[in-house]
Amino acid sequence: MDLPSGQSSVADHQVVVVGNGMVGHRFVELAADIPGVGVTVFGEEPRGAYDRVHLSEYFAGTSADDLALGTPPEAATVHIGEGVQEIDRDAKTVTTTQGRIVEYDTLVLATGSYPFVPPIEGRDRPHCHPYRTIEDLDGIQASGVGGAVGVVVGGGLLGLEAANALKNMGLATHVVEFAPGLMGTQLDDGGGTMLRGMVKKLGVEVHTGKNTLRIVDGESSRHRMEFADDTALETDLVVFSAGIRPRDELARDAGLEVGERGGIVIDEGCRTSDPNILAIGECALYDGRIFGLVAPGYEMAKVAAAGLAQDDSVAFRGADMSTKLKLLGVDVASIGDAHGRSRGASTYTYIDERERVYKRIVVNKTGKKLLGAVLVGDTADYGMLLQTMRSELTLPKHPDALILPRRDGGGMPAGAVDSLPDEAQICSCHDVSKGAIVAAVCEGATTLGAVRSCTKAATGCGGCAPLVTQVLNAELERQGVEINTDLCEHFPHTRQELYHLVRARGITTFAELIEKHGRGRGCDICKPAAASIFAACWNDHVLRPKHAPLQDTNDHFLANMQKNGTYSIVPRVAGGEITPDKLIALGQVAKKYDLYTKITGGQRIDLFGAQVHELPLIWRELIDAGFETGHAYGKAVRTVKSCVGSTWCRYGVLDSVGMAIHIENRYKGLRAPHKLKFAVSGCTRECAEAQSKDVGVIATEIGWNLYVCGNGGMRPRHADLFATGLDDATLIQLIDRFLMFYVRTADRLQRTSVWMENLEGGLDYLKSVVIDDSLGLAAGLEAEMAHVIDTYKCEWKAAIEDEEKLQRFRTFVNSNRTDDSLVFVRERGQRRPAFADELAVEV
Amino acid sequence: MNASSSANAPCGPEEGETPSLQGPTADMIDWTPVCSLDALIPDVGVRALVGEEQVALFRLSGLGEVFAIDAFDPFSKAPVLSRGIVGDLNGQLVVASPIFKQHFNLETGSCLEDAAMSVRTYQTRVVAGRVEIASGLSRGNGEGR
Repeated sequence: MDLPSGQSSVADHQVVVVGNGMVGHRFVELAADIPGVGVTVFGEEPRGAYDRVHLSEYFAGTSADDLALGTPPEAATVHIGEGVQEIDRDAKTVTTTQGRIVEYDTLVLATGSYPFVPPIEGRDRPHCHPYRTIEDLDGIQASGVGGAVGVVVGGGLLGLEAANALKNMGLATHVVEFAPGLMGTQLDDGGGTMLRGMVKKLGVEVHTGKNTLRIVDGESSRHRMEFADDTALETDLVVFSAGIRPRDELARDAGLEVGERGGIVIDEGCRTSDPNILAIGECALYDGRIFGLVAPGYEMAKVAAAGLAQDDSVAFRGADMSTKLKLLGVDVASIGDAHGRSRGASTYTYIDERERVYKRIVVNKTGKKLLGAVLVGDTADYGMLLQTMRSELTLPKHPDALILPRRDGGGMPAGAVDSLPDEAQICSCHDVSKGAIVAAVCEGATTLGAVRSCTKAATGCGGCAPLVTQVLNAELERQGVEINTDLCEHFPHTRQELYHLVRARGITTFAELIEKHGRGRGCDICKPAAASIFAACWNDHVLRPKHAPLQDTNDHFLANMQKNGTYSIVPRVAGGEITPDKLIALGQVAKKYDLYTKITGGQRIDLFGAQVHELPLIWRELIDAGFETGHAYGKAVRTVKSCVGSTWCRYGVLDSVGMAIHIENRYKGLRAPHKLKFAVSGCTRECAEAQSKDVGVIATEIGWNLYVCGNGGMRPRHADLFATGLDDATLIQLIDRFLMFYVRTADRLQRTSVWMENLEGGLDYLKSVVIDDSLGLAAGLEAEMAHVIDTYKCEWKAAIEDEEKLQRFRTFVNSNRTDDSLVFVRERGQRRPAFADELAVEV
Repeated sequence: MNASSSANAPCGPEEGETPSLQGPTADMIDWTPVCSLDALIPDVGVRALVGEEQVALFRLSGLGEVFAIDAFDPFSKAPVLSRGIVGDLNGQLVVASPIFKQHFNLETGSCLEDAAMSVRTYQTRVVAGRVEIASGLSRGNGEGR
């Protein structure tokens, strides 16, 4: 066989993929692993495959790189910026836009769709954009500059996403929809009406039943949109998001069968009318339907790849278009037959106009099976309802129980999760079944966090977390496992419970705490936990004699013990900004005490090798030079890393150093269940790596974006975008609340990332508590933080001014000798502890 | 505390003047004064130099006696045990190494996590408010360094 390129000569079956979108990319990932198959991809967009589902986040500061779907497998050859313009089915070749002719054994069409732009006069004017690609978004962003009003044509799912983007750009935003309601495909009239009210309340104007006739020059704005009912709207920017149409021209020109209203007809194996050509994703038409969601597209990619591997056990038989999302901050979900169009169907509806919740379920004519549902304002029941429908569970005697509020706080009706079959899909993002979760629990995953890390369930959109928790708890209960969340053998309580006891009962000593709420003498688990709680609640100086036995050695000596029993010292260098004088002072102290000196990852300087008795001497000199403690020894706020920001950087948008210093000085000394790291970046280039921190702040044109619960280290976790476009005061207010809520509720040694993953309801719940104050805690959290800030003292300053506290800084209780058992070796001009083999030589 | 250790126990201030010991008799032991009892904060260890040995001393709240073990942690090979947190686990009085967190029984020196490892223990007594330690004679068969 004559192969087009030498590189692919090992493969005996050439696959050419047209289209490098999400579905094409997924197919390539799967197909590249099949032995004997060579894969060549042509994508016309000028960049690699990216996540189109989260496209709107591009406006919130997520970069094109963040959206990228990762590099394609090495085995695949990807041509970016090169499309295919012709298929020759007889010769089995394609001709590319660069005139290249490439042979194929199997051709896969993953050409996706294009945004439908209604045939309106003036639609080609400047500042009128479709909403589909990163290039479109760049155009929209550019047009937003200098504009005041933006209009989205289309009130569907994507249209509302686009409206959110315009609103975040600071434009007065309007949505113009031809149909009488919003999201007509997914929602019934009642749901659409509720959504409309909520969207309007958020400041987006909605115009339904509007037929746009033409776009002409405006009077007060760039454009004037004229409607069929003789009304008009002035706007600076128009975004078209009026649905999608399959891109089937290539197939059409090649004589493949296409649907009446477009779409390449495929069978259960994703084969087109030519068995050597497959079609997947939004360009494909199965059973008369286009599937415009990513999950069915991925399913098709899986089926197509399996077919190539001669595995015909999987087939595409259509997909459930149920969906759950958040639009303009409103939770919306649609399941199955949302409109109740099935024969004999009847419905139950629950409307709460005060809380703005709309729920409707559609049941079959016997009232025993669920056919569909619409949820607006509260989608907590989505997972449960979806499984009830998919698994065809028998409904309770009164089906309205499924949507009526459960004021006792119960979850799914008792026993309902037990009745799900093992193959029921619990997590649709990662296709995790109930059986897989049960198996993980049997193998020892007994917390939501553990189930998440071993099955990936609830790590996509997170919407199934409550359902995963129910499956987990039901299985634990079935196994007769009593979940032991005790802190240790001395306290039958979690850290969170102890925190509440300490605060509510005003307990200030460990003796009182263990006498009233524990047993025994305590241990190295509960004592530091109690000390951390006392510090967070009462901000007592950690060196108070009554707390001395509770502290581990780092907190006891206010320094970090290293492997040979000596300590390191990290003075605070807020925001990483340091004057030359202070830098010289640090160097002089390090030189005088022969301390090994190293720059830390948190933009500070660490001085190693001090003995206990040297610590106060060193600190006296550091304090005289203007330093204060850096709390590197504590489970406390560590550093706020920053880039140089708008002060010096040509790209800087806001003063990141100033904000970093402000944040660091505000929260310094705050004791927490674990260490806390922050960063502030001055623009979306993100040089301070804020998205790997517990609290990350990134400057944008419209204000600060706040990210939370990121982590580096052993278990890296990308921080989640928490709020956007904040002013200084709101940013600080949200961080106050977030930190104090974490301090109050996290388990001992639980970083914010794990804490959040274990919160039932995850990020959405955290947002509701911190931003929307759903639990009414905000004022209390802010007051507690204010107390901590008001009572801050540098622990080292307090220590060296207090003779009694200085007593403990003795190397030996009965001698003024230093510890001469320590052995150091000089290396690269500094000293370091000797290794065991070096010790043998020395002795 | 178990019976055998109380028979061998270092003595509190009340009975310190006339220690009763099994095995070697009191006058065979060479007692080295270390520090005043007041220098020991309850539940906070200190390090003492006894000859050239580094010893970790602990006074526990509610107990009159003083416990002494080798300061060297056999796992990290660093003299850190006086700087661990004390407490009890399953009824045993313990100190946790601040480096790798193993627990050592203050009365026997044995390591709770690894039966093959232990540290030396020393007899102590309190005489006229001063802590004394038995030098040259250890109470357990420590696997010190």
